[in-house]
Amino acid sequence: MNESALLFWVLTILLYGVGTVGYLIYIIRPDTPIHRVASLFLLGGFVSHTLELLLLILRIHYAPVTTMQQALSFFVWAIVGSYLAFQLKFNIRILGTFVSPLAVIFMLLSTTIPAHLVPASRLFKSFWLNLHVGTMFLGNAVFALAFCAGIMYLLQERQIKNKSFGLLYRRLPSLESLDSLNRTCVIVGFPLITIGLISGFVYAGTVWRSYWNWDPKEILSVITWLIYAVLLHERLAVGWRGRRAAVMAIVGFAAIMVTFLGANMILEGHHRFKAG
Amino acid sequence: MDRIVLIGLNHKTAPIDIREKFAAVCADGMVQLQQLAQFQALKEVFQVSTCNRMEVLFTTPTLDQGMGAVVGFLGEIYGQTGGALKPYLYTYIDQEAVKHLFRVTCSLDSMVVGEPQILGQIKQAYRQAVEARTSGVILNRLLHKAFSVAKQVRTETRIGRSAVSISYAAVELAKKIFNELTGKVVLLIGAGEMAELAAEHLLNNSVDRIIVANRTLERAMALAKRFRGTSVPLDEVAEELSRADIIISSTGSPDPILTADEVKRRMRSRRNRPLFFIDIAVPRDIEPAVNRIENVYLYNIDDLQGIVDLNRADRLREAGRAEHIITAEALKFESWLRTLEVVPTIVALREKAEQIRQGELKKTFGPLDPLPDDLARSLQVVTQSIVSKVLHDPILFLKRTSSKARKDLYLDTARKMFNLDADQSEAQTEEDVSLDSREAT
Repeated sequence: MNESALLFWVLTILLYGVGTVGYLIYIIRPDTPIHRVASLFLLGGFVSHTLELLLLILRIHYAPVTTMQQALSFFVWAIVGSYLAFQLKFNIRILGTFVSPLAVIFMLLSTTIPAHLVPASRLFKSFWLNLHVGTMFLGNAVFALAFCAGIMYLLQERQIKNKSFGLLYRRLPSLESLDSLNRTCVIVGFPLITIGLISGFVYAGTVWRSYWNWDPKEILSVITWLIYAVLLHERLAVGWRGRRAAVMAIVGFAAIMVTFLGANMILEGHHRFKAG
Repeated sequence: MDRIVLIGLNHKTAPIDIREKFAAVCADGMVQLQQLAQFQALKEVFQVSTCNRMEVLFTTPTLDQGMGAVVGFLGEIYGQTGGALKPYLYTYIDQEAVKHLFRVTCSLDSMVVGEPQILGQIKQAYRQAVEARTSGVILNRLLHKAFSVAKQVRTETRIGRSAVSISYAAVELAKKIFNELTGKVVLLIGAGEMAELAAEHLLNNSVDRIIVANRTLERAMALAKRFRGTSVPLDEVAEELSRADIIISSTGSPDPILTADEVKRRMRSRRNRPLFFIDIAVPRDIEPAVNRIENVYLYNIDDLQGIVDLNRADRLREAGRAEHIITAEALKFESWLRTLEVVPTIVALREKAEQIRQGELKKTFGPLDPLPDDLARSLQVVTQSIVSKVLHDPILFLKRTSSKARKDLYLDTARKMFNLDADQSEAQTEEDVSLDSREAT
C-alpha cells in the first residue's frame, strides 16, 4: 500500500467510525438532527474509500479481492454504497445504525489481517473473473442490507405482537416499510448473485476446463443461492412476507458469512484468499 | 413601574359547575374584554376562556386596585361577590404571572398534559385583544414570547409526541404496522362512541374507505352515510376480511364475532397482507388466539389503555424538561421588562453613541501617524460635543417621558429606533397569531 492509499484507508475508517458514533447517538436522542451529520460522515467515508480502491485498482489492474483484507474492504465498500443508494429511496435512517457498525467492524477486522500483494497473475485479468467478483460482492452487500432489515423487522414485530414497547419502538420504522426494504433487496440481489454464479462457472470453464470443481466455496455458494431462490419464489408466488421473509433473509446472510469467511479460513480450495 | 398580574381559575382549582358557568358566559370573550378595558386601574388586558379555565392577564400601575377590579368582575360573572369566588381563584404577579402564562401556553397546565388545542385557543384570545386594542407593549411582547416558547417546547421535548387517547393510540399503532394508511380499508363492526372516534381518526389519516357492519341495517346505513362508506350484514364480516386491513369491533355480542380459524383461512386469499384488529368490545368480539396468527395483530381495549398510560408517564417526564425552558425564558422576559425603565435606556443610548465615536476615530486616525497631542485633544473635544448635542434632545424627551402614561411605549420605540437590544431579531410578527385556529373547547 503506498502512502496516499494508506492515507485514504485511515481516513475511511475514521469517517466510518465517526458516522457510527453519530448513528448510535441517534438511537438515544432521535429529536436531534444528528443522523444528518452521521450520514454525511458515512458518505465522506464512502468517497474516501472509493478513492482508495481506485488507487489500488490503478496499481494492480484487477478487482482488488485477492487478499482477505482487500476482499473485506471491498465488501464494506459495496455495503456502504448500496446502503447510501437505498437510503435515497427508503429513507429509513435507523438502518444506518445497523449498517455503519457492520462497516467499521469489517474494516477493523480487515486491518488485523496482514496484507501481502500477490504477484499479478494472468489469471486475474479476465473479464469473467471481474464480472464474477463484482456482481457477487454487490449482491452480497444488498443481502447484508436485507439482513439488517430482517433483524429490525423481528425486533419491531416482537414489540408490536407482545405489546411491550421498548426504546427502539419509536426509532424503528413500520413493519410494512421494513418488509418492503427486504423485498427490494432480495429482488435486486438475486439477479446479481445469479450472474455472479454463472460468470464464475464460465471463468472456471476457461481456466480449469471444468465448470464445477466441487470446491467447498462453490458448494456453499450454490446453497446460499438456493436459500434466496426459495425466499424470492415464495414471496412472489405464495405471498410470503413479514416474519418468515425476515427470518429467511437472516438465514441467507448467515450462509453468505459462512461461505465468505468460513470457507476461506477453514476449508481448502481455489477460492482461498492469500492471507499472507 | 407597572406590574403584570394574572388572575384565574382552572380545572385544578374550581369544580365543573363553576367552570361551566364561566365557559358559557365567556364563550365569545369580546364583551368581557371590553368591560375589563373600562377599569381605570388596568392598563393592558388579555383574557382567555376555555372549558377548563378562565384567566385574566393585565398590567396595572396600582396593584391592589387592579386586582380588586378583576376579582370583582369575575365575581359578577359568577353571580356573587368576588369574595365568594376567592377560594377558587389563583393570583400570580410579575415573574410568576409570566411563568404561569408560559406553562398554560405550553400545555403543561392542561388536564391532558401536552394536548395541542390550548395554544390555538390562546392565539385566538390574543387576536381578540389585539382587535379590541386592549393589549399594549408589554402584553404584546409577552404573548409573542409565550407562542415562541410553546414552539420551542414542542420541538425540543417530546411532550406532544405520544398518543394519550385510545383512538389516537390505535392510529399510531396502525401506522407502525402499515406505514401509510393511504389506500387501506377499514371494517367497522358494531357502533359506539369510541369505535366511531377511531374510525374518524383513521379517515383523517386518509384511509381509503370504511365498510360498516351492524346488527341493525338502519344503523349500519346511517354510519355508512356518515363515513361515506358501504354497509354489509353482520354475518358476512368474515368475507370482508379479504378486503379490509384494519378492523374495529365493538358489538354487544356475548360470543366472539370472529374466530382464529376464520381469520387464518382468509390470510391466504390476502396473500398474507397484514391485518390489524382493534377490539374495543367487552366482552371481546375477536378470539384472542387471533394475535398468534402470522401478520395479524390484535389489540383489545386494555392493550390500548396500557399504551395510553405509558404515554402519559412519558409526557410527565418530558414536562420536567419543558419547565426548565420556561424558567429560562421567563428570566429573559424579566430582563427585557427592566429595560423599559428610563435610566437604563439613557445609559444604553450614551454607551452606544460613545462606542460609535471611539470606533470612527480609530478607523479614521488609527492607520495614520500619531497626531500631535493638542490636535488629538481638540479632536476628542469636538467629537464628544457633537455626540452630546445630537443626543441632547432624545435624552431630554426620554426624561420627560417618565411621567407620561404611555412611557413604556416610548421607551420601547426608542430602544428599537436606536437598536439598543441585542435580541431585536426575536421580535415576532403578527403571523405567529394566525397560525392555529381555535379548536373545540
